[in-house]
Amino acid sequence: MITVNHYLILGSLLFAISIMGLFLNRKNLVVILMAIELMLLAVNMNFVAFSHYLNDLSGQVFVFFILTVAAAESAIGLAILVLLFRNLRSIHVDDLGSLKG
Amino acid sequence: MEFTSVVFYFLSAILLLAGLRVVTVRHPVHAALFLVLAFFTAAGLWVLLEAEFLAITLVLVYVGAVMVLFLFVVMMLDINIETMRADFRKYLPLAGLISGLMALEMYIVLGGQNFGLKMPTPKSADYSNTKALGRVLYTEYAYAFELAAVILLVAIVAAIALTLRRRSGLKWRDPATQVVVKKADRLRMVNLKPQKPGAPVEDEE
Repeated sequence: MITVNHYLILGSLLFAISIMGLFLNRKNLVVILMAIELMLLAVNMNFVAFSHYLNDLSGQVFVFFILTVAAAESAIGLAILVLLFRNLRSIHVDDLGSLKG
Repeated sequence: MEFTSVVFYFLSAILLLAGLRVVTVRHPVHAALFLVLAFFTAAGLWVLLEAEFLAITLVLVYVGAVMVLFLFVVMMLDINIETMRADFRKYLPLAGLISGLMALEMYIVLGGQNFGLKMPTPKSADYSNTKALGRVLYTEYAYAFELAAVILLVAIVAAIALTLRRRSGLKWRDPATQVVVKKADRLRMVNLKPQKPGAPVEDEE
Protein backbone atom coordinates (compact mmCIF):
# COMPACT_ATOMS: atom_id res chain seq x y z
CA MET A 1 0.00 0.00 0.00
CA ILE A 2 1.40 3.37 -1.02
CA THR A 3 1.01 5.95 1.73
CA VAL A 4 1.75 9.64 1.71
CA ASN A 5 5.24 9.24 3.11
CA HIS A 6 6.28 7.11 0.15
CA TYR A 7 5.68 10.17 -1.99
CA LEU A 8 7.32 12.48 0.54
CA ILE A 9 10.47 10.36 0.61
CA LEU A 10 10.50 10.25 -3.18
CA GLY A 11 10.25 14.05 -3.22
CA SER A 12 13.04 14.43 -0.68
CA LEU A 13 15.32 12.08 -2.63
CA LEU A 14 14.66 14.07 -5.78
CA PHE A 15 15.42 17.28 -3.90
CA ALA A 16 18.68 15.83 -2.57
CA ILE A 17 19.67 14.77 -6.09
CA SER A 18 19.13 18.26 -7.41
CA ILE A 19 21.14 19.74 -4.50
CA MET A 20 23.93 17.39 -5.58
CA GLY A 21 23.50 18.68 -9.12
CA LEU A 22 24.03 22.25 -7.95
CA PHE A 23 27.30 21.22 -6.31
CA LEU A 24 28.60 19.13 -9.19
CA ASN A 25 27.75 21.51 -12.01
CA ARG A 26 28.52 24.79 -10.35
CA LYS A 27 30.33 26.06 -13.45
CA ASN A 28 27.57 25.34 -15.92
CA LEU A 29 24.68 27.76 -15.77
CA VAL A 30 22.37 25.64 -17.97
CA VAL A 31 22.60 22.58 -15.75
CA ILE A 32 22.10 24.77 -12.67
CA LEU A 33 18.80 25.95 -14.16
CA MET A 34 17.86 22.33 -14.88
CA ALA A 35 18.62 21.37 -11.27
CA ILE A 36 16.33 24.17 -10.10
CA GLU A 37 13.56 22.80 -12.33
CA LEU A 38 14.10 19.38 -10.77
CA MET A 39 13.83 20.91 -7.27
CA LEU A 40 10.52 22.54 -8.18
CA LEU A 41 9.31 19.16 -9.43
CA ALA A 42 10.18 17.60 -6.07
CA VAL A 43 8.24 20.32 -4.24
CA ASN A 44 5.26 19.90 -6.56
CA MET A 45 5.31 16.17 -5.90
CA ASN A 46 4.75 16.85 -2.19
CA PHE A 47 1.91 19.25 -2.94
CA VAL A 48 0.11 16.78 -5.18
CA ALA A 49 0.61 13.92 -2.70
CA PHE A 50 -0.85 15.90 0.19
CA SER A 51 -3.68 17.14 -2.01
CA HIS A 52 -4.57 13.54 -2.81
CA TYR A 53 -4.32 12.15 0.70
CA LEU A 54 -6.08 15.09 2.38
CA ASN A 55 -8.75 15.08 -0.33
CA ASP A 56 -8.29 18.84 -0.80
CA LEU A 57 -7.94 20.48 -4.21
CA SER A 58 -6.06 23.54 -2.93
CA GLY A 59 -2.75 21.70 -3.22
CA GLN A 60 -3.32 21.09 -6.91
CA VAL A 61 -4.24 24.74 -7.46
CA PHE A 62 -0.98 25.70 -5.79
CA VAL A 63 0.97 23.35 -8.08
CA PHE A 64 -0.74 25.06 -11.00
CA PHE A 65 0.60 28.44 -9.86
CA ILE A 66 4.07 27.03 -9.17
CA LEU A 67 4.17 25.64 -12.70
CA THR A 68 3.23 29.07 -14.07
CA VAL A 69 5.90 30.88 -12.10
CA ALA A 70 8.52 28.23 -12.90
CA ALA A 71 7.82 28.50 -16.62
CA ALA A 72 8.17 32.28 -16.44
CA GLU A 73 11.36 31.96 -14.40
CA SER A 74 13.01 29.53 -16.80
CA ALA A 75 12.04 31.66 -19.80
CA ILE A 76 13.63 34.77 -18.27
CA GLY A 77 16.61 32.76 -17.01
CA LEU A 78 17.31 31.41 -20.48
CA ALA A 79 16.90 34.89 -21.98
CA ILE A 80 19.51 36.22 -19.55
CA LEU A 81 21.72 33.24 -20.43
CA VAL A 82 21.51 34.02 -24.15
CA LEU A 83 22.31 37.66 -23.41
CA LEU A 84 25.34 36.68 -21.31
CA PHE A 85 26.59 34.34 -24.00
CA ARG A 86 26.21 37.06 -26.62
CA ASN A 87 28.29 39.49 -24.57
CA LEU A 88 30.88 37.18 -22.99
CA ARG A 89 31.04 34.24 -25.44
CA SER A 90 30.83 31.88 -22.48
CA ILE A 91 28.41 30.79 -19.76
CA HIS A 92 31.12 29.79 -17.33
CA VAL A 93 30.01 30.95 -13.90
CA ASP A 94 33.48 32.30 -13.07
CA ASP A 95 33.25 34.71 -16.00
CA LEU A 96 30.11 36.29 -14.61
CA GLY A 97 31.83 37.90 -11.63
CA SER A 98 32.01 41.45 -12.90
CA LEU A 99 29.15 43.88 -12.95
CA LYS A 100 30.70 46.05 -15.64
CA GLY A 101 28.53 45.92 -18.71
CA MET B 1 1.94 -6.52 -3.89
CA GLU B 2 -0.90 -4.67 -5.51
CA PHE B 3 -0.77 -3.16 -8.95
CA THR B 4 -0.51 0.51 -7.86
CA SER B 5 2.49 -0.33 -5.66
CA VAL B 6 4.27 -1.95 -8.61
CA VAL B 7 3.53 1.08 -10.78
CA PHE B 8 4.69 3.45 -8.03
CA TYR B 9 8.03 1.70 -7.48
CA PHE B 10 8.64 1.31 -11.21
CA LEU B 11 7.97 4.99 -11.95
CA SER B 12 9.91 6.19 -8.88
CA ALA B 13 12.95 4.17 -9.90
CA ILE B 14 12.87 5.69 -13.39
CA LEU B 15 12.34 9.17 -11.94
CA LEU B 16 15.28 8.94 -9.55
CA LEU B 17 17.59 7.44 -12.17
CA ALA B 18 16.62 10.13 -14.67
CA GLY B 19 17.19 12.84 -12.04
CA LEU B 20 20.59 11.38 -11.20
CA ARG B 21 21.55 11.31 -14.87
CA VAL B 22 20.45 14.94 -15.32
CA VAL B 23 23.06 16.11 -12.86
CA THR B 24 25.86 13.71 -13.75
CA VAL B 25 25.71 13.40 -17.53
CA ARG B 26 28.48 14.99 -19.54
CA HIS B 27 26.65 16.87 -22.26
CA PRO B 28 23.93 19.47 -21.46
CA VAL B 29 21.77 18.23 -24.36
CA HIS B 30 21.67 14.77 -22.80
CA ALA B 31 20.87 16.37 -19.45
CA ALA B 32 17.90 18.17 -21.03
CA LEU B 33 16.66 14.92 -22.57
CA PHE B 34 16.92 13.11 -19.23
CA LEU B 35 15.01 15.98 -17.65
CA VAL B 36 12.25 15.37 -20.22
CA LEU B 37 12.17 11.74 -19.08
CA ALA B 38 12.00 12.83 -15.45
CA PHE B 39 9.07 15.19 -16.08
CA PHE B 40 7.22 12.57 -18.10
CA THR B 41 7.64 9.98 -15.35
CA ALA B 42 6.51 12.51 -12.73
CA ALA B 43 3.39 13.07 -14.83
CA GLY B 44 2.75 9.32 -14.63
CA LEU B 45 3.06 9.46 -10.83
CA TRP B 46 0.61 12.36 -10.70
CA VAL B 47 -1.92 10.32 -12.67
CA LEU B 48 -1.49 7.69 -9.96
CA LEU B 49 -2.37 10.43 -7.44
CA GLU B 50 -5.56 11.27 -9.37
CA ALA B 51 -4.25 14.65 -10.49
CA GLU B 52 -4.94 14.07 -14.17
CA PHE B 53 -5.18 17.69 -15.22
CA LEU B 54 -1.83 18.61 -13.69
CA ALA B 55 -0.20 15.53 -15.23
CA ILE B 56 -1.35 16.60 -18.69
CA THR B 57 -0.28 20.18 -17.95
CA LEU B 58 3.15 18.96 -16.91
CA VAL B 59 3.59 17.08 -20.17
CA LEU B 60 2.20 19.88 -22.34
CA VAL B 61 3.80 22.88 -20.63
CA TYR B 62 7.04 21.39 -19.37
CA VAL B 63 7.94 18.73 -21.88
CA GLY B 64 6.29 20.59 -24.75
CA ALA B 65 7.38 24.16 -24.11
CA VAL B 66 9.97 24.67 -21.38
CA MET B 67 12.20 21.73 -22.23
CA VAL B 68 12.09 22.55 -25.93
CA LEU B 69 13.20 26.05 -24.96
CA PHE B 70 16.04 24.52 -22.93
CA LEU B 71 17.10 22.29 -25.80
CA PHE B 72 16.91 25.22 -28.18
CA VAL B 73 19.15 27.39 -26.01
CA VAL B 74 21.63 24.59 -25.27
CA MET B 75 22.00 23.78 -28.94
CA MET B 76 22.25 27.45 -29.91
CA LEU B 77 25.06 28.18 -27.47
CA ASP B 78 28.48 26.88 -28.28
CA ILE B 79 29.48 25.54 -24.87
CA ASN B 80 32.90 24.28 -24.02
CA ILE B 81 32.07 21.23 -21.92
CA GLU B 82 35.57 20.34 -20.80
CA THR B 83 36.20 23.50 -18.79
CA MET B 84 32.73 23.17 -17.27
CA ARG B 85 33.49 19.80 -15.75
CA ALA B 86 36.99 20.67 -14.60
CA ASP B 87 36.40 19.97 -10.91
CA PHE B 88 33.52 17.52 -11.19
CA ARG B 89 35.47 14.80 -9.39
CA LYS B 90 36.79 17.19 -6.77
CA TYR B 91 33.30 18.15 -5.62
CA LEU B 92 31.77 14.67 -5.90
CA PRO B 93 32.49 13.55 -2.28
CA LEU B 94 31.26 16.83 -0.77
CA ALA B 95 28.14 16.87 -2.93
CA GLY B 96 27.40 13.23 -2.15
CA LEU B 97 27.91 13.81 1.57
CA ILE B 98 25.69 16.88 1.78
CA SER B 99 22.88 15.51 -0.35
CA GLY B 100 23.07 12.17 1.46
CA LEU B 101 22.85 13.96 4.80
CA MET B 102 19.85 15.98 3.59
CA ALA B 103 18.08 12.85 2.37
CA LEU B 104 18.84 11.09 5.68
CA GLU B 105 17.51 14.01 7.73
CA MET B 106 14.33 14.15 5.71
CA TYR B 107 13.95 10.38 6.04
CA ILE B 108 14.26 10.64 9.81
CA VAL B 109 11.58 13.33 9.89
CA LEU B 110 9.21 11.78 7.35
CA GLY B 111 10.02 8.09 7.44
CA GLY B 112 8.02 6.24 10.04
CA GLN B 113 4.91 8.27 10.52
CA ASN B 114 1.94 8.76 8.28
CA PHE B 115 0.68 12.11 9.67
CA GLY B 116 -2.53 10.34 10.68
CA LEU B 117 -3.71 10.28 7.08
CA LYS B 118 -5.94 7.46 5.97
CA MET B 119 -6.03 6.04 2.48
CA PRO B 120 -8.46 8.20 0.48
CA THR B 121 -11.46 6.52 -1.04
CA PRO B 122 -11.10 6.22 -4.81
CA LYS B 123 -13.14 8.71 -6.81
CA SER B 124 -16.12 7.48 -8.79
CA ALA B 125 -15.78 6.95 -12.52
CA ASP B 126 -17.71 10.09 -13.50
CA TYR B 127 -15.56 12.38 -11.33
CA SER B 128 -13.75 14.96 -13.43
CA ASN B 129 -10.54 16.35 -11.95
CA THR B 130 -10.41 19.13 -14.56
CA LYS B 131 -13.96 20.24 -13.76
CA ALA B 132 -13.37 20.28 -10.01
CA LEU B 133 -10.08 22.14 -10.41
CA GLY B 134 -11.64 24.66 -12.77
CA ARG B 135 -14.50 25.28 -10.36
CA VAL B 136 -12.07 26.11 -7.54
CA LEU B 137 -9.71 28.05 -9.78
CA TYR B 138 -12.32 30.42 -11.20
CA THR B 139 -14.15 31.09 -7.93
CA GLU B 140 -11.93 30.88 -4.87
CA TYR B 141 -8.63 31.57 -6.61
CA ALA B 142 -9.79 33.92 -9.39
CA TYR B 143 -7.62 36.78 -8.16
CA ALA B 144 -4.50 34.61 -7.93
CA PHE B 145 -5.30 33.21 -11.35
CA GLU B 146 -5.31 36.68 -12.89
CA LEU B 147 -2.06 37.50 -11.10
CA ALA B 148 -0.54 34.38 -12.69
CA ALA B 149 -1.64 35.69 -16.08
CA VAL B 150 0.06 39.03 -15.34
CA ILE B 151 3.24 37.20 -14.33
CA LEU B 152 3.23 35.37 -17.66
CA LEU B 153 2.77 38.67 -19.49
CA VAL B 154 5.68 40.20 -17.58
CA ALA B 155 7.78 37.15 -18.44
CA ILE B 156 6.99 37.52 -22.15
CA VAL B 157 7.83 41.22 -22.16
CA ALA B 158 11.02 40.67 -20.15
CA ALA B 159 12.27 37.79 -22.29
CA ILE B 160 11.68 39.68 -25.52
CA ALA B 161 13.10 42.95 -24.20
CA LEU B 162 16.22 41.18 -22.93
CA THR B 163 17.04 39.41 -26.17
CA LEU B 164 15.96 42.15 -28.59
CA ARG B 165 18.84 43.87 -30.34
CA ARG B 166 19.20 46.19 -33.27
CA ARG B 167 21.96 44.94 -35.48
CA SER B 168 23.96 47.43 -37.55
CA GLY B 169 24.11 47.12 -41.32
CA LEU B 170 20.69 45.57 -41.48
CA LYS B 171 18.31 46.61 -44.26
CA TRP B 172 14.87 47.24 -42.89
CA ARG B 173 11.78 49.29 -43.62
CA ASP B 174 10.04 51.70 -41.33
CA PRO B 175 6.36 50.69 -41.46
CA ALA B 176 5.25 54.20 -40.45
CA THR B 177 6.79 55.88 -43.49
CA GLN B 178 5.49 53.03 -45.61
CA VAL B 179 1.95 53.69 -44.44
CA VAL B 180 1.95 57.48 -44.81
CA VAL B 181 3.23 57.45 -48.41
CA LYS B 182 0.92 59.26 -50.89
CA LYS B 183 0.17 58.63 -54.53
CA ALA B 184 1.94 61.79 -55.60
CA ASP B 185 5.22 60.60 -54.01
CA ARG B 186 5.47 57.52 -56.18
CA LEU B 187 3.43 58.22 -59.33
CA ARG B 188 4.36 60.59 -62.19
CA MET B 189 1.80 61.42 -64.90
CA VAL B 190 3.26 61.41 -68.44
CA ASN B 191 1.58 62.83 -71.52
CA LEU B 192 1.59 60.29 -74.36
CA LYS B 193 0.53 60.90 -77.94
CA PRO B 194 -2.66 59.14 -78.93
CA GLN B 195 -2.20 56.24 -81.36
CA LYS B 196 -4.65 54.58 -83.74
CA PRO B 197 -5.50 50.98 -82.94
CA GLY B 198 -4.07 48.60 -85.52
CA ALA B 199 -1.55 51.10 -86.80
CA PRO B 200 1.98 49.70 -87.34
CA VAL B 201 4.33 50.42 -84.53
CA GLU B 202 7.20 52.62 -85.58
CA ASP B 203 10.40 50.81 -84.96
CA GLU B 204 13.84 52.27 -85.39
CA GLU B 205 15.48 49.70 -87.54
